[in-house]
Amino acid sequence: MIELRGLQKGFQVGEQVVQALDEVSLTISAGEYLAIMGPSGSGKSTLMNILGLLDQASAGEYLLDGVNVNQLNEAKRSQLRSEKIGFVFQSYHLVPRLTARENIELPMVLAGVPPRLRQQKLDELLEKLNLSERAQHRPSQLSGGQRQRVAIGRAIVMRPRMLLADEPTGNLDSTSGAAVTDLLESLNADGITLVLVTHDQALGARARRQINMFDGRLRAEPNG
Amino acid sequence: MGDLERSLTASFMMAWADTFIFVSQVLMRQRFRTVVLWVAIAIGVIAVNLLTALGEGAKSYVLSEFNVLGRHTLITLPGKKETRGGMPPITGESPRALTLKDAQAVSRLSGVKTVAPLVLGNIEVSYAGKIRESLVMGSSRSFFALRHLVLARGQLLPERGRFKGEAVAVIGSRLRDELFAGKPALGEWLRLGDSRFRVIGVLKTSGTRFGFDMDEVVIIPVVSAQSLFNVDGLFRLFAEVRHFSQLDTVKQQMVELLKQRHEGEEDVTVISQDAMLSSLQKILDTLTYAVSGIAAVSMLVAGILIMNMMIITVSQRRKEIGLLKALGASSALVRRLFLAEAGLIAALAALSGWMLSHLVLLLANNYFSDIQFHSPWWAQAASIALALGLSLLFAWLPAQRASSLAPVQALQGKTAQAQR
Ligand SMILES: Nc1ncnc2c1ncn2[C@@H]1O[C@H](COP(=O)(O)OP(=O)(O)OP(=O)(O)O)[C@@H](O)[C@H]1O
Ligand SMILES: [Mg+2]
Repeated sequence: MIELRGLQKGFQVGEQVVQALDEVSLTISAGEYLAIMGPSGSGKSTLMNILGLLDQASAGEYLLDGVNVNQLNEAKRSQLRSEKIGFVFQSYHLVPRLTARENIELPMVLAGVPPRLRQQKLDELLEKLNLSERAQHRPSQLSGGQRQRVAIGRAIVMRPRMLLADEPTGNLDSTSGAAVTDLLESLNADGITLVLVTHDQALGARARRQINMFDGRLRAEPNG
Repeated sequence: MGDLERSLTASFMMAWADTFIFVSQVLMRQRFRTVVLWVAIAIGVIAVNLLTALGEGAKSYVLSEFNVLGRHTLITLPGKKETRGGMPPITGESPRALTLKDAQAVSRLSGVKTVAPLVLGNIEVSYAGKIRESLVMGSSRSFFALRHLVLARGQLLPERGRFKGEAVAVIGSRLRDELFAGKPALGEWLRLGDSRFRVIGVLKTSGTRFGFDMDEVVIIPVVSAQSLFNVDGLFRLFAEVRHFSQLDTVKQQMVELLKQRHEGEEDVTVISQDAMLSSLQKILDTLTYAVSGIAAVSMLVAGILIMNMMIITVSQRRKEIGLLKALGASSALVRRLFLAEAGLIAALAALSGWMLSHLVLLLANNYFSDIQFHSPWWAQAASIALALGLSLLFAWLPAQRASSLAPVQALQGKTAQAQR
């Protein structure tokens, strides 16, 4: 479902260009559970952002379901983001003024899903995330684990086929981190493609496929 | 299955009702920010409306001062006006006097409804040991109607004594207060110089009119004034025409008539109020420019205030713009959300500012009876248009800038320069 060919990404920092991604080629098939690991600064987040259409590569090709996304205009890319991709951030990025329920609802509101359908989906989803009690709470009134579950709910509410999570447990203690991991894995078990960035070797080892990055390049996949 | 369901439910265009809900949530749940913006915009509108009302009030005050005679009135003054366009001589002796006989002759012209002569002088007025230097006007009964002078009590100068001297006087309200100190003035004898006059009327308070403080005058029959000041000539002769359309004809007739009566010499000037006003045009123009200048400056200040507030509040929400895009909103949708927000708050704030300025003007107009403050319609319209226009523009600019970045950059609060 995803094919990257010779992807490059450079950042201009002062006079220099930092090569965050260097000739990255990768294929991800539907339903996969992939962990991306590597030292800090190796380009993991940069790769995830490009996969999630949050950023554009400097060179190379990114085919999503056979479509070269670099050739799409901004509106089309937005629609793809809405339709096909769910993104979970390390620092949640919830809207502080909205309740848990409203945060999860937001992608549907932006996509013009009619209110009646939205309410139905929200009820189901809150139940599934074990957040029904917390539906009317603001992010500031929630624990880190609950916030990340809200963020995951928001990422999957449009039923994307791919879920990208950049260190989703990075800000969590081990118990709530484990709960979040369980949730992500259960979603993957239901068929969603899961791509995960993590520093945690144990967590990475649970993925069916691991990729190691170093200095903007992919390294061999030890246990594939 | 997911795709099928989606294609049936998502239009990929946010509904207007949801836009409205989203925007009201922003405004209602971030109250401090909303209040600050609201106040900034309202202050802008209020400043423009109040300042222009002040300027316009001053302007119409000046106009009303000169308007008091009415458009039907012709003013004759002794002496020939030499230069065109300048102000006619207001004081000063003229070579040949304009007399009461001239006034009588003018009053017999068919187009003339009434005439009122005017003799002016200053004299000591005293009553029961109290002495004041006061302006004395010698005229006739018709003078009161011409100058819109209303009696508080008593009666006007007698009709029968139109061109006859009688020792009666109508006095201004403040003069009455100062000389009589609460005691009844009617029927009392005033001393003007060496003569004695009986008070038959007291004027209502009317303030300064045409440069004279009408609350401190003494009005006596014209003939009495002539003998009091020992003059033959009139200071002015006012004539009211029957129909405004005849104004120019009557003016010609008067000039002809007075020329005949003065041995063929055209030695008087007859002017209409319109002519007076047109000679005031320069002053009025200056005042108009001043009002426009005040409006422009207050709009500039208000504009900068609104601009800064909008830029700051929208720029603070760069992260949210990045997030909305990450969640699938297009740049166009992000701009729409921010424009709707700015438009809503600007409309509400401008409206409340507009209403508040009207309230203030209403109170001011109640408090000051002499001068009326009204903000011109163009300033009101401009202040609201400015508030709306600037709010939209300066919400759009930062929203446009942030939404044109890659979502991740807006999300990280990066600036445009850090790109690539
Ligand atoms: N916006 C940016 N501007 C300049 N340099 C950047 C930018 N984003 C990333 N980089 C650089 O690109 C390289 C890769 O960064 P990236 O964030 O992808 O690393 P990472 O593997 O996610 O690290 P971490 O594990 O610490 O999150 C780093 O050297 C980083 O400094
Ligand atoms: Mg990272």
